[in-house]
Amino acid sequence: MSVIATESLSKRFPRVTALDRLTVDIAPGVTGLVGANGAGKSTLIKILLGLSPATEGRAEVLGLDVATQGARIREQVGYMPEHDCLPPDVSATEFVVHMARMSGLPPAAARERTADTLRHVGLYEERYRPMGGYSTGMKQRVKLAQALVHDPRLVLLDEPTNGLDPVGRDEMLGLVRRVHTDFGISVLVTSHLLGELERTCDHVVVIDGGRLLRSSSTDEFTQVTGSLAVEVTDTDSHPDGTRALLDALIRAGLTAGPATHAGEQAAPGSGHVLLVDVADESTYDVVRDTVADLGLGLVRMEQRRHRIAEVFRPGTGPYDERGSADAA
Amino acid sequence: MRPDTTTTPGAPGTTPGTAQDVIHNIGYRTYDGPRLGRAYARRSLFSQSLRGAYGLGRSARSKVLPMILFGVMCLPAAIIVAVAVTVKMKQLPMEYTRYAIYLQAVIGLYLAAQAPQSVSRDLRFRTVPLYFSRPVERIDYVLAKFAALASALFVLTATPLLVLYVGALLAKMDAGAQTEGFAQGLVSVALLSVLFAGIGLVIAALTPRRGFGVAAVIAVFTISYGAVSTVQGIALGTGHTGVIPWLGLFSPVTLIDGVQTAFLDATTAFPGGEGPGAATGAVYLLVVLAVIAGSYWALMRRYRKAGL
Repeated sequence: MSVIATESLSKRFPRVTALDRLTVDIAPGVTGLVGANGAGKSTLIKILLGLSPATEGRAEVLGLDVATQGARIREQVGYMPEHDCLPPDVSATEFVVHMARMSGLPPAAARERTADTLRHVGLYEERYRPMGGYSTGMKQRVKLAQALVHDPRLVLLDEPTNGLDPVGRDEMLGLVRRVHTDFGISVLVTSHLLGELERTCDHVVVIDGGRLLRSSSTDEFTQVTGSLAVEVTDTDSHPDGTRALLDALIRAGLTAGPATHAGEQAAPGSGHVLLVDVADESTYDVVRDTVADLGLGLVRMEQRRHRIAEVFRPGTGPYDERGSADAA
Repeated sequence: MRPDTTTTPGAPGTTPGTAQDVIHNIGYRTYDGPRLGRAYARRSLFSQSLRGAYGLGRSARSKVLPMILFGVMCLPAAIIVAVAVTVKMKQLPMEYTRYAIYLQAVIGLYLAAQAPQSVSRDLRFRTVPLYFSRPVERIDYVLAKFAALASALFVLTATPLLVLYVGALLAKMDAGAQTEGFAQGLVSVALLSVLFAGIGLVIAALTPRRGFGVAAVIAVFTISYGAVSTVQGIALGTGHTGVIPWLGLFSPVTLIDGVQTAFLDATTAFPGGEGPGAATGAVYLLVVLAVIAGSYWALMRRYRKAGL
């Protein structure tokens, strides 16, 4: 069963088209919604919450029609906005209790769930202090807590890593992951950064200018575009083993090149790393045989996951061809 | 991320395992209890806003002003009662309906402080979308806020009347007449509370800045009252007494004065005692109801765009 399903969903404003015949089908799990600012992410969330009518097309959330069953959707969905939404003069506990009651939880349950939820997002003693004194990271946790406090079946998180430093980002993404793995709640998380979603999400949907560019699982992303990192020793007959292997591989008809960009450096103390594009299963055999034929020592042969960002860099990935095919 | 059981830091000397030293991380628990829906959420928002209007459930600082104003509002009533009981008056020195008119400045101040507190904060800190992403609808939010401020004003204006009434009965004044006067006073302040709450909320909801809201509410109430009284005074001085009742339509306080003069046996505070009669009074009542309805409509409109 899908958590979110849209069918040629469009939203047109007098001067802009925010969503243009968007058709996606999102399964339970953690789904990343990626797009530049103004790509239509927030508009989509508004429609999914049943707060803004679509110009045409239809959408269902948890099997409920957004046009007619918005109220029932909002009972079972949590929403974390991108912007600040916390009054500075109340404590996190008071605030989240109030929001729990606004979701229909009886007073005692609201207090109990607030204590639980704040603990799960990592707020302890500070939850009794006014939120005006919180760091950005703590504020983001409170925002997440108020979206989770009524135990929704789906949460919509709009840019949860906004304004966080790298450590805070990692923690927040870990938390987002846990919302699904530990709490069993499906997540739709938006970001304008492709990279940070690849570790967190099971599935990534990319939209641009209100249109679907691509929708596929994170595994599929990296599988299709996978490459192989190969590192070999030098021998007497081949003083530069890496070079020799590269030439041999290219002769064998493979696409390969030295790893140049950041993150692909060889392990300290070893030689250079070659990156070989994996065309199909036979690539592995070709590499193994070539190395054996040259008599080089094979230090490692490792599957490399491309960052999603690379996939979408024009010219390097299957972006252009595949994008249109998926959208159709 | 975290282990299932963690020992509290700072207790290394004690043996782990004693009940107090171990926090059991029982993991995520789902909620299967009741979800009480819109009507419950609306009631919760109402009571939270009503309490908030007196600073209850908020910081000590935000209790100061409403509590002082509440005290100031009740003090004259207490003094009147004390005097009435001591000198054994036969009746109270003022009508119940007149009390709020005398103390309109206090009511105005209270409204100016609490109307922005009630709505501007949600707008300024952008908490409004969190309400509308829940079962709470726009109409629930507006009704709850409106009813809460009107109730807060009613508490502020009806409590001194209650003090007067109890005092009057203690002073053994005529119970029948006092009860009638008290009832008329309650109807009058109820109308005043709803009218003032509507006007105050609309002004406050126009700006997310609390300071502007406070200033705007004070300005609207004092300027309109000042202008109306001045022009009424001029009309009286120049002999145009016929326009005096009509001029009263242009400020909230004089509107209430007009309605209660026409229908609630009140003595008008208009210059020359030129209060509206029954026919003009009907116009007053219509205007009051129209302003209340208009405030509600304006608030609904205001929150149409504030959704997300």
